[in-house]
Amino acid sequence: MTTDIQTEPERDERIGRPRVLERLVVRPEIGALIGAIVVFLFFSIVTDQFLTTGGVAVWLDDAATLGIMAVAVSLLMIGGEFDLSAGVMTASTALVTAIFAANVGLNLWVALLLSLLFALAVGLFNGVLVMRTGLPSFIITLGMFLALQGLNLGVTKAVTGTVQVSGVASAPGYESVGFFFASTFELFGTQFRVSILWWIAFTAVAALILVRTKPGNWIFAVGGAAQSARAVGVPLVGTKIALFMTTAFAGWLVGNINVLRFTTVQANQGIGLELQFIIGAVIGGCLLTGGFGSAVGAAVGALIFGMARQGIVFAGWDSDWFMLFLGVMLLAAVLVNNALRRRAERVRR
Amino acid sequence: MTGPTSPISQDVLLGVEQLSKSFGNVRALRDISLWLPRGQITALVGDNGAGKSTLVRVLSGVHQPDHGRVTFAGQPVRFADPQAARLAGIETVHQNLALVDELTVWQNLFLNRELVRRLGPFAVLDRGAMQVKAREMLARLSVNVPPVRAKVQRLSGGQRQAVAIARAAGWGSKLVIMDEPTAALGVQETARVEELIAGLRAEGMTILLISHNFEQVLRLADRVWVLRSGALAGGRLTTETTGEELVGLVTGAIAG
Repeated sequence: MTTDIQTEPERDERIGRPRVLERLVVRPEIGALIGAIVVFLFFSIVTDQFLTTGGVAVWLDDAATLGIMAVAVSLLMIGGEFDLSAGVMTASTALVTAIFAANVGLNLWVALLLSLLFALAVGLFNGVLVMRTGLPSFIITLGMFLALQGLNLGVTKAVTGTVQVSGVASAPGYESVGFFFASTFELFGTQFRVSILWWIAFTAVAALILVRTKPGNWIFAVGGAAQSARAVGVPLVGTKIALFMTTAFAGWLVGNINVLRFTTVQANQGIGLELQFIIGAVIGGCLLTGGFGSAVGAAVGALIFGMARQGIVFAGWDSDWFMLFLGVMLLAAVLVNNALRRRAERVRR
Repeated sequence: MTGPTSPISQDVLLGVEQLSKSFGNVRALRDISLWLPRGQITALVGDNGAGKSTLVRVLSGVHQPDHGRVTFAGQPVRFADPQAARLAGIETVHQNLALVDELTVWQNLFLNRELVRRLGPFAVLDRGAMQVKAREMLARLSVNVPPVRAKVQRLSGGQRQAVAIARAAGWGSKLVIMDEPTAALGVQETARVEELIAGLRAEGMTILLISHNFEQVLRLADRVWVLRSGALAGGRLTTETTGEELVGLVTGAIAG
C-alpha cells in the first residue's frame, strides 16, 4: 500500500462536487431557519412590542421550555422512536417534586432528586418495553401517556383532596433551588428567565452529542437503518433506551422549571403538549421515519412557536388564530423539507 | 465423507470440522467439514436452502453451532456474537451491505469504530482524520472510488458495494466473507467489484465468496465447496472442475 493519501482519489464523474448552496439546502434545519426569519420579520413589522427587549424576553421564555422538550424529542425521533408520554411527563415530574416538598415536607433538593429518579425510571421503562416487545413506540408510549395522566389525577386527589398541589414556595430549600430553575437575569435592562439559558445549554449539548460524538453517529444509524447498525455492532438497544431516558430527563427539567416558577401545579397539566414537541421537531427538519433531523432545527422550531404565540398576543388578535398559524406552519415546513429532500435525492444519479 | 482429503501441508486460515446446526426439527447443517486456505478466494455454492447462509452466520458469530468445531488461525474458536468474530478478524459483507443511507461514506466506514480525540473531559469525533483515513481505505481498492463526504444514499450499487467491502477489508481483518456481492449489480459494476475482490486477494486477504453465479466462481475463486440440503456435496479446485460439474453437485445429479 503505497497510496499517497494527500491526493484526492479520482471522483466518480457522475457525482459533481456539491456546491455550497446545494450543501446548505440539504441541511435539515434550513426550512426552520427560513420560517423563523419570516415569522420574526412579520411580527417585528406588524407589532410594536415584538422587537423591544421586553417583548423578546417574553417570546424567548415561551419558546424555552417547549424548546428543551422539542430538542430531546428530536433526538428520539432521529433515533427512530416517538414518545407520546413526554407532555404528561412534564406534569408528573412537577407533581412528584411538589408532593414530596409541600405535602411530605422534604427538602426541595431531595424532592428534586426523587422526581429525577421517577422520570428516569419511566424513561427506562418506556425504552425497555419498546425494545423487548418490538412494538411501535407510538403505542407503548400512548399507554404510558394514559397511565401517567390517570396517575397524576388519582395521586393528586388522594394526597391533597384537590386537583392541584401548591405550597412549593414554603418548602425548605426553595431559595437555592429556585435560583437554578426559576430565577431571572438582567440583560439590556430587562429581566430574562433562566429557563432561556437552560434551553440554550440543552440545545448546545444535544447538538454537540449528535454531530460530534460516537453516540451521535449511533443515533442516526439506529434511526436510519437499525439492521445495518446492529450488523456493525452499534449498541442499538442501549442507544434507544438512552434516548427515551433523555426525553424523560428533559421532562424532569421542564416540569421543575414550571413548578418552581409557578409554585403550584395542576394535575391535568401537560396533556397535548407531546404533539407540540413533535411538531417543533418536525418543523426543525426531523423525519417521522427517523435517521434524519437536527437538534438545532428543533430548537428553532420551538422558537417559531414562541414567536408566533406571543406575536399574536402582541398584535391583539384572538389567540385562536394561533392554531391556524400552527397548522399552516407545520404543513409549509413539511412541504418545504420534502421538496428539498426530493431535490437532494434527484441529484443522486 | 466427500471432497478432497484434509490438507496436511497447506496453510489453512479457517477450518470447520463436523459442524452441525439445527433450528427445531430443521437440520440446517449436517456434519460439515471444510477449510479455507490462507490468502485464497474460496467459494461456497449451493441451492437456496442448502445451508450457505447458516454456515456464514455460524462463521460470523450470528449463530452458534450445535456440534463440531471451528478453528481460526490455528486456534479453536467459538464466537458468542458478531462482535467477537469481528475482533478475531472475520468481517462479513452482508447481502444488504449494512450501510446507513443517511450517513456519509466516511461515517459508514467508521460506524462504531469512530476515531475520537480528547477535548478536555470529552471525546469528540476526529472528523478530519476519519476523512483522510477513509480516502486511504477507498484508494486502496483503486476502482470505483466514491467521494468520502457523499451520503451513501447518493451512490450507485457498485459504489455501495465498494464501500461495504472497503469497510470489511480495512480493519486488519484476516478473513472477509462476502454474501452474493454482485447479485444486485449490472454487468459493468459486477466486473468492477470482481476486480476489487481479485485485488484484495493480491494483497493476501483470505476471502469466502458466496455466489450463485458459477461462471463468477470459476473466474474468481481458487477452490469451491458445494452444499446440498445442509450437507457437503463436494469440494473442488476451480482449475479442475467445470460449471456443469458444479451444477450436478448442487442439484444432486452428481453424487459428489
